[in-house]
Amino acid sequence: MTSAPAQPDWTLAPATPPRATSAITDPPWVRVLLIGVALAFLGLFLVLPLVTVFAQAFSKGIGVYVDAITDPMALAAMRLTLLVAAVSVPINAVFGIAAAWAIAKFEFRGKSLLIALIDLPFAVSPVVSGLIFVLLFGAQGLVGPWLIEHGVRIIFAVPGILLATTFITFPFVARELIPLMQEQGTDEEEAAVSLGASGFQVFRRVTLPNVSLGLLYGIVLLNARAMGEFGAVSVVSGHIRGQTNTMPLHVEILYNEYQGAAAFAVASLLALLAVVTLIVKRGLEWRMGRASRAI
Amino acid sequence: MGLLRTRRSVLPGFGLTLGFTVIYLSLLILIPLAGLFVKSASLTGAEFLAAVGSPRALAAYRLSFGASFAAAATNAGFGLLVAWVLVRYRFPGRGVVDALVDLPFALPTAVAGITLTTLLAKNGWLGRYLEPLGISVAYTPLGITVALVFIGLPFVVRTVQPVLQDLEPELEEAAASLGANRFETFRRVLFPTLWPALVTGFALAFARSLGEYGSVVFISGNMPMKTEIAPLLIVTQLEQYEYGAATAIAAVLLVLSFVLLLGINAFQRYGTRRLAGAGTSS
Repeated sequence: MTSAPAQPDWTLAPATPPRATSAITDPPWVRVLLIGVALAFLGLFLVLPLVTVFAQAFSKGIGVYVDAITDPMALAAMRLTLLVAAVSVPINAVFGIAAAWAIAKFEFRGKSLLIALIDLPFAVSPVVSGLIFVLLFGAQGLVGPWLIEHGVRIIFAVPGILLATTFITFPFVARELIPLMQEQGTDEEEAAVSLGASGFQVFRRVTLPNVSLGLLYGIVLLNARAMGEFGAVSVVSGHIRGQTNTMPLHVEILYNEYQGAAAFAVASLLALLAVVTLIVKRGLEWRMGRASRAI
Repeated sequence: MGLLRTRRSVLPGFGLTLGFTVIYLSLLILIPLAGLFVKSASLTGAEFLAAVGSPRALAAYRLSFGASFAAAATNAGFGLLVAWVLVRYRFPGRGVVDALVDLPFALPTAVAGITLTTLLAKNGWLGRYLEPLGISVAYTPLGITVALVFIGLPFVVRTVQPVLQDLEPELEEAAASLGANRFETFRRVLFPTLWPALVTGFALAFARSLGEYGSVVFISGNMPMKTEIAPLLIVTQLEQYEYGAATAIAAVLLVLSFVLLLGINAFQRYGTRRLAGAGTSS
């Protein structure tokens, strides 16, 4: 602070002295410059790619677009993607609720270790997430040969895709609900129990209404990831057309066959899912009265 | 379960929910992950070293580290700028821009991958202007870095944004009344408060980039020794039925990710303690 001003005259100073204003707000040219650079960066990295998806999708006309998304292989991929979400979303939501109940409502040894372990799948590369199931259930895996002998195929089949996706999306609901339920404490639930409510009644009538928005928030993010997962699914799928191709894998195949417009047509459906996810996410954040958060 | 509990509670369902949580966690996450290390352990030391120490594997690790570092550093700069603009300034469309920052989380990585490649290829909307300048992006390490910048951006913005929001204006007013100009205030008052969040965001973006596959595989060109990232090398080895090599490379990547995650957690605890300590001592 080399240019410290002389003793300020408190009696005569206006409520906000000019010097203070200039130091907590930036000059207009700085504001315009920073906003401009930030918007240019986001325009280049976020808006342009999003526009490109739709522009490429319709680049060969609406006919090619409709053909691409009504192709039997594309429809099969959509069905599989919906199946993957229909399995991994409920199972991980139930797990998330159970984990949050145990962790938020009770004190026990090893709790912080348990919380850390729940986050584990986020630290694992998608490719490695697929690989671990190949090592277990693949033809050369630990239990794979025995299963294949008994007619059970997991790798290069639908069960492997379900397993890998469920692994990848495991933490979403739990990590959303744990802090929320911890914040709300146990007073309301204890009151309900003392009035004679059963455990399930307490959960359904007291806890669930309190955390329903948070639960929905977790489910929306979980669903987006389950439908869009590529790396893990690509390792276990075997890319069998019409059988083990999810939508992202179908996009990859079309793209690699130089059917750009068709690839982007299917991709545009996934981009639409992303946009809807962002809108619902923002709506829920607004209802819960909180700022956006990283996943 | 009774042995585990450290405080009595009248609420029911502890045994059921904790039991389900632990069994599900073990079956889906812990046992499959342990399988990776069991498989690695079945390799001899020489086999393991041959897999992870081969020139091709070393080149892949180097590329993954270098590109992830460059991308995370870029995001630290632009992410701080974006967070600052979103928190401090009001302009039309701010809400939409704020929501859009999460796009890389929501957009499937394969879609991001083919889109960035199409944009940056020689005849793409951006590539055609960069190519005459002698800048090739698609199928080069620069392209990999661009994809990782896309993937990592929200991590920095969303960790810095809440800290910036919670800053008390009194701090800056105090600095100003002591005669600091705007730049001095930023450097000596704001930045010391922001840097722990900035480092956390950088590390999260870096960790995510190390394992990223979908958005990179299309733009990288996948040339061994040149544009082959570590996750891609795992897939290549797997496709050639080299299960041992794939496992060894994956084990190294997994351990690195765990170490990073532990480091981030420890750093965040340190940061919270530091702030709490500063609060009580003043």
